[in-house]
Amino acid sequence: MHGSDRPYDRTPGVENQESTANVLSYTVGLGLAVLLTIASFVVSQTNLLWPPGIPVGLVVLAFAQIGVHLVFFLHLGTGPDHTNNILALAFGLLIVFLVIAGSCWIIADLNANMMPMPMNMPR
Amino acid sequence: MTIATIDALSPELVPGRGGGGPAPTRTVVAYGFWLFIISDITMFSALFAAYAVLSGRTADGPTGSELFNLRHVFIETMCLLLSSYTCGLGALSAERRQRDRYLVFAVLTFVLGAAFLYIEVSEFAGMVSRGAGPSRSAFLSAFFTLVGMHGAHVTAGLIWLTYMMAQVVAKGLRPRVLQRLLCFSLFWHALDIIWIGVITVVYLMGAP
Repeated sequence: MHGSDRPYDRTPGVENQESTANVLSYTVGLGLAVLLTIASFVVSQTNLLWPPGIPVGLVVLAFAQIGVHLVFFLHLGTGPDHTNNILALAFGLLIVFLVIAGSCWIIADLNANMMPMPMNMPR
Repeated sequence: MTIATIDALSPELVPGRGGGGPAPTRTVVAYGFWLFIISDITMFSALFAAYAVLSGRTADGPTGSELFNLRHVFIETMCLLLSSYTCGLGALSAERRQRDRYLVFAVLTFVLGAAFLYIEVSEFAGMVSRGAGPSRSAFLSAFFTLVGMHGAHVTAGLIWLTYMMAQVVAKGLRPRVLQRLLCFSLFWHALDIIWIGVITVVYLMGAP
């Protein structure tokens, strides 16, 4: 049942295809993830970056690391099997962006338009 | 279409690649579970938004830079990354029907995940004992909700992993069991992605 030389599975649930993943891809992924994590900690703890730019640098490093995880651990690729996965991920990213950026925008606006409060009020 | 005509098709036209017939079960199951993961990440985005909005509202209580221990956070991150690695190697062994190797990697994954949880829980207990529990300020409520929700997911993952090890021992690496292992791997790797967001937004930006 696993030795078929046909290019696809005739019986649902019985696989004969070799996964594209291998030990090398996991090891490369782990190495890149550890490097990016160390870079994030170094950037946040030192003045290697221009201090006002540190949050931007951290966000860039985080996105790089998420990309590494998607490609090397979750094996999201460009193959035809992945079209739907990528589309779902793109939609999810849109929602995540709307929720986080929208909340920050609205609350920052509210704070800016707030009546000045007496100093002894609890914040 | 008869079997003979299907076999005559070129590989580009086989089922699941745009040519007639449904995709293999593996692809369909992974897609369904992927949709669950994305909805889970969307749920986390609401908690991230709450934290981003409330992170400055400390009510004159302790701030992030006074509470967080970045050394512990770094060790936690390494535990999670290594557990993702062993989880991936375990998935490879399972696909190659190497049952004992799979079990070794699964136990390693469990130990690393449990180490992560142990550090996180002792960190939480230390904060609560210093009077910085979730009821102290809006900042701490958002912190405990976000980080605690991730910890709850890791706990659920550890319970699921134990259950999967029992299934592999009892039933062997059958196709059905392999599908469940595939879903577990997706879940475990996705927890890493959420943790990357947590360390960036909560710990590294919060404790400069």
